[in-house]
Amino acid sequence: MSALSVRNLSVSYGDRRVTHDVSFDVAEGESFALVGESGSGKSTVLRAISGLAREWTGDISALGAPRGHRVDRAFARQCQMVFQDPYGSLHPRKTIDATLAEPFLIHGIGDRDRRIVAALEAVGLDRRYRFRFPHQLSGGQRQRVAIARALVVEPRILLLDEPTSALDVSVQAEVLNLLKRLRREQGLTYVLVTHSLPVVSFLADRLAVMRQGRIVETATVAQLRADELRDPYSRELRRLSQGRATA
Amino acid sequence: MAAVDWLLDDSPSSRLQARIGRLYRLALAIARNPLAVAGAVIVGLLVLTAAFAPWIATQDPIVQSLGDRLKPPSAAHWMGTDELGRDIWSRVVFGSRITLTIVLLVALIAAPAGLVVGAVAAYAGGWTDRVLMGLTDVFLSMPKLILALAFVAALGPGIENAIIAIAITSWPGYARIARAEALVIRNSEFIAAVELQGASAWRVISTNILPLCVSSMIIRVTLDMAGIILTAAGLGFIGLGAQPPTPEWGAMISRGRSFILDQWWVATMPGFAIVLVSLGFCFLGDGLRDALDPKRTEGK
Amino acid sequence: MSDALLEVENLRVSFPSPRGERVEVVRGVSFRVGRERLGIVGESGSGKSITGRAILRLIRPPGRVTADRLAFRGRNLLDLSDTAMREVRGAGISMVMQDPKFSLNPVIRVGDQIAEALVTHERRPSREVRRRVIEMLQAVRIDDPERVARLYPHQLSGGMGQRVMIAMMLIARPDLLIADEPTSALDVSVQAQVLDIVDALVRDEGMGLIFISHDLDLVSSYCDRILVMHRGEIVEECAAGRLREARHPYTRGLLAAVPRLDDTREELPVLDRRAMGGT
Repeated sequence: MSALSVRNLSVSYGDRRVTHDVSFDVAEGESFALVGESGSGKSTVLRAISGLAREWTGDISALGAPRGHRVDRAFARQCQMVFQDPYGSLHPRKTIDATLAEPFLIHGIGDRDRRIVAALEAVGLDRRYRFRFPHQLSGGQRQRVAIARALVVEPRILLLDEPTSALDVSVQAEVLNLLKRLRREQGLTYVLVTHSLPVVSFLADRLAVMRQGRIVETATVAQLRADELRDPYSRELRRLSQGRATA
Repeated sequence: MAAVDWLLDDSPSSRLQARIGRLYRLALAIARNPLAVAGAVIVGLLVLTAAFAPWIATQDPIVQSLGDRLKPPSAAHWMGTDELGRDIWSRVVFGSRITLTIVLLVALIAAPAGLVVGAVAAYAGGWTDRVLMGLTDVFLSMPKLILALAFVAALGPGIENAIIAIAITSWPGYARIARAEALVIRNSEFIAAVELQGASAWRVISTNILPLCVSSMIIRVTLDMAGIILTAAGLGFIGLGAQPPTPEWGAMISRGRSFILDQWWVATMPGFAIVLVSLGFCFLGDGLRDALDPKRTEGK
Repeated sequence: MSDALLEVENLRVSFPSPRGERVEVVRGVSFRVGRERLGIVGESGSGKSITGRAILRLIRPPGRVTADRLAFRGRNLLDLSDTAMREVRGAGISMVMQDPKFSLNPVIRVGDQIAEALVTHERRPSREVRRRVIEMLQAVRIDDPERVARLYPHQLSGGMGQRVMIAMMLIARPDLLIADEPTSALDVSVQAQVLDIVDALVRDEGMGLIFISHDLDLVSSYCDRILVMHRGEIVEECAAGRLREARHPYTRGLLAAVPRLDDTREELPVLDRRAMGGT
């Protein structure tokens, strides 16, 4: 059974159609990347899967269950998202503790104290950060909190929207390592949106290159590394990021 | 020093410490602004005066003594006496209780009402937004004092009705501000993140949007306090607010009006109290605005 | 490098912390720039952007700037009056910032904004100003300069906006251009175009360039010389071509931490922050 199946997905914002008949499957435990430049519609696809973009046609199903157009709690427990901007995705007036407690309150899960401590430990954050506010943390630490928040409800699928592009090079390496380790340890399925091919090469198994709302090519990471992409646009993208690496 | 370190600790060890630490930082920010300190002192004095009025006043504010009528300020009557021989100082002191009650009740009724209406309108959008904001606009389109007058006229004169009237006329302003702010907050990623966790609309509004609107609301209400006091005094002045013999400042000025040329202190002393307290709230509001400014408290 | 355009010696910038004491974010930086392309690389908090802003005296109180020497073409910038400083900005040194959205005035047409940069520095007849604006837009490879000049900033794409910014900064023909992360907000393909434009203009006009960025690879391919900054200090200085031979553990750590296109590493090496003196 595939973890995520997207068929003929067309998303619109108002009158403007942003993606056109996007289809792909992600196997369970696989890490799949959507690559493209800004305006290619890659983030929009992710927003439709997560439920943030509601005007779409086509079919999305996760772990065998078709997905409706609204955010529902059952889906939320299976699929979570990490946003690009660690400065914008944490509530500025809530301590890390309160941010991590929120999913437990929503889903009525008890034993919060122990679980919060465990979540912080899993993402490699020291316990002394627990009662700090986001502005007292660095960008990398915030992104760790955002990852912890996504993982506390123990989802099977994690949607990653440019998770490291707002971070410094050295911090990016730490977060990428963390994401790789978490996937290995918890058998997660990743759908990763990024513009950086080196990040894809490090974190993904397969990739789809998007341009102007369509998938132009789907390839394995081995093909990417071996320079065996076929589509001229994907080859151009690869050439431009040759030796250029930061996200 | 140990206590200060505990308060300013960058890694608090409990929810309580984090919260108290935040309040302490806020207090420090206010303390750096001399005008805000002056405002806080005036408002603090008002609260103390109201709380300990029977001990601070030198005489009963209601008992008349016709033999002492219209005495100028002296050692016995610090602010003189009015046309019924009542001690003005004692009346001003007891009047602070009424002023404080009006201000607090209006703030407690109008601000939360406006906050909820604004936040719900912004988050729900669509028809809910249009209906709620249409209603708000209807109230905003009429001058505050006139609207308050109409309500008091309908409800009957008296201090409770004055409070209700002022509250009814001031919530729309708060609703507008709350909506504008909630619209911005609603589109931020941290709200999207909570929604993706399956949070209900009510949870998103109450625990995520409202707390962020509260600080600007506090600033706004503090700045509006002066206006509320003046409106209450205005209602008292034209006889629609507190009824005699209640020592309400506006009503006191109104009665002193007849003697303004010969016995200036009868109208001036309560007027002075109104100006002082209004200024106090303005200063405090300005200071709070600087201290609560998100650009400063949220760091880089 | 006898004809140094800019000489910086022992530059220090400090800001007060909430607890009262002053914190130095730039701690004794010294370098010289001639008519060459100098890259300053560092992560956030390294003080690289503050250094750029301090040169143009854009640090406002309570920030404090001191230097043993901060001279542009021999004139000490720290002694100049505000009026004289305004003349240096634009005509002498100009700066391109990261995001054109925040640097362009949203209610003024693009052409007028570029013209304004010229008019404040030289008095010219308006027809000639127009001609220069169009020329400049052509120089930054905008296809239809007449049309673009009439647009408002929100009608421009990111890459176009940044090209307009560059046109605005270069129209007064400065001697030195400071580019602070000029392309971080742009896509890779647009990034290359914009940097090629800057590169060509800098070469043709014989300007000096200070290119501030967090991106080691980018800087090494567009500059002659590189300074690596870490926690307010310059930890490494080398020729761009020899970056791979960098010695300082911080530079080496940064280079290793970057994922590669052919990355098969199971884990990326991370900086040992304690060894670097950080937390």
